Amino acid sequence: MNKTGKKIFINGNEAIAEAAIIAGCRFYAGYPITPQNQIPEYMSWRMPEAGGVFIQAESELAAINMVFGASLTGTRAMTSSSSPGISLKQEGISYMAGCELPGVIVNMQRGGPGLGNIQGSQADYFQATKGGGHGDYRMPVLAPSTIPEAIEHVMTAFDLADMYRTPVMLLSDGILGQMMEAVEFPVYKSKKKLPEKDWILDGAKNRKPRSVFSLMMQNPTILEKHNYKLAEKYKKMETEVIHETYLAEDAEILVCAYGIMGRICRGAIDMARKEGVKAGLFRPVTVWPFASEVVSKLGKKAKKVLVVELNLGQMVEDIRLAVEDNKKISFFGKPGGAVATKEEIFAKIKELIK
Amino acid sequence: MENNVIICGSGGQGILLAGTVLCRAGLLEDKFVTWLPSYGAEKRGGLSYCAVVISDKPIASPVIGRPEVIIALDNIGFDNYENVLADKGLVILNSSLIKREVKRKDAVVLGIEITEIARELGNARIANMLAIGVYAGISKSVKLESIIAAMEGVASEKYKELVAVNKKAIEKGYELGKKEK
Repeated sequence: MNKTGKKIFINGNEAIAEAAIIAGCRFYAGYPITPQNQIPEYMSWRMPEAGGVFIQAESELAAINMVFGASLTGTRAMTSSSSPGISLKQEGISYMAGCELPGVIVNMQRGGPGLGNIQGSQADYFQATKGGGHGDYRMPVLAPSTIPEAIEHVMTAFDLADMYRTPVMLLSDGILGQMMEAVEFPVYKSKKKLPEKDWILDGAKNRKPRSVFSLMMQNPTILEKHNYKLAEKYKKMETEVIHETYLAEDAEILVCAYGIMGRICRGAIDMARKEGVKAGLFRPVTVWPFASEVVSKLGKKAKKVLVVELNLGQMVEDIRLAVEDNKKISFFGKPGGAVATKEEIFAKIKELIK
Repeated sequence: MENNVIICGSGGQGILLAGTVLCRAGLLEDKFVTWLPSYGAEKRGGLSYCAVVISDKPIASPVIGRPEVIIALDNIGFDNYENVLADKGLVILNSSLIKREVKRKDAVVLGIEITEIARELGNARIANMLAIGVYAGISKSVKLESIIAAMEGVASEKYKELVAVNKKAIEKGYELGKKEK
């Protein structure tokens, strides 16, 4: 990837905001909530500088609907929030899926349920991957593990959104949002050949008027057809799997983790390898679509599979479906804003090889 | 080589700033760094901490479960982190403010009158810079020049006149730390 400039020391939230600008995002609307406030704060000065529009909306619901509206004009648009705020946006996300509107939604997860706390969490996996809004829709969900990876996949998210005319979620957490590391911002260049936006509502001068809608009540078969059409699209989206493995080929213990826990588990695996324990990592980057075939293969070879999450067991269900051998699978999780250390995960690995 | 340290104390002591200066010093030496702060409902006088990792290789975990070094600037910080110190880990202890006995008998304790010395140098608020100077002196995780350059880099125009006293604090701390090795 082309790099520009030299390394800068930045927190995850600001890096995500800057990456969106580089990817051509020119509309941002949001409503404040910790631990993602640096995103709207950064956007509030950076977006006007880039010639785009920043709006602090009156609510999360308003913000996602503003993104809906901006997207209709063909503009790359984004909103961000944290768990309780993302719950409020679900109606809008479902409408965007129904209307086939691209847009990027960033969730810097915090502990729940309810208002919970403001520490990092991974408790919104179900909501993000199984459709938090109503209706039979799917949405790509990217879960970066480091700040450089967050930058890369904000860009991926905008591309996927335009490629498939779909909302896309960046699923991260408060830890990645608040921590700082050194990054280099790449030059943005789409990795895909993106389709022309021939559906946008930009005035009908010299052409037939268009409309974009999700209400299809005239005749039951219309909605049925629309859903089959969406399903065709979701089949194609399923090919957009991104994952990483680390020392997984000869692993007797396969650790499965994503996002912030992905990198912490990598630390635990290094500790294990130092003591001669053959541990390896499977880390999905897209948590939907899910790299089921990869984990299925690796899981069959491994003696034990350990799923680690900052919740009490959500991705573990996708691992169970893929590995199909429940006796092999163990789970280690921390709920409600707590964080697991590499030492704790290493201890769990040692317990499993006994 | 990977160095990890937890800097802890109270809101207002410049804990988070000390951590970022340490990281930026590492960056000036082309090292990998991560900085993870406490955040949210923090306030002046409440617990404040940050976890800093400086390494020659990419860093897996920014979360430090068992820190090799704790820089404790006051009781609130030390009370919270004494237990998790790695076996035989090092505590750089601000003995101006922490008067109690250290419970961890395996710990290597370097007690320094950090606040008092900072005051003698001209400003009690530069205790944070003095503390990371001590850390660099003893751990050799980053060079003295790098910390000074990093501090100068983050000093805002408005407070440029404070650069000199901060530099003095870093140098004094480094000298104290180096002596201990």
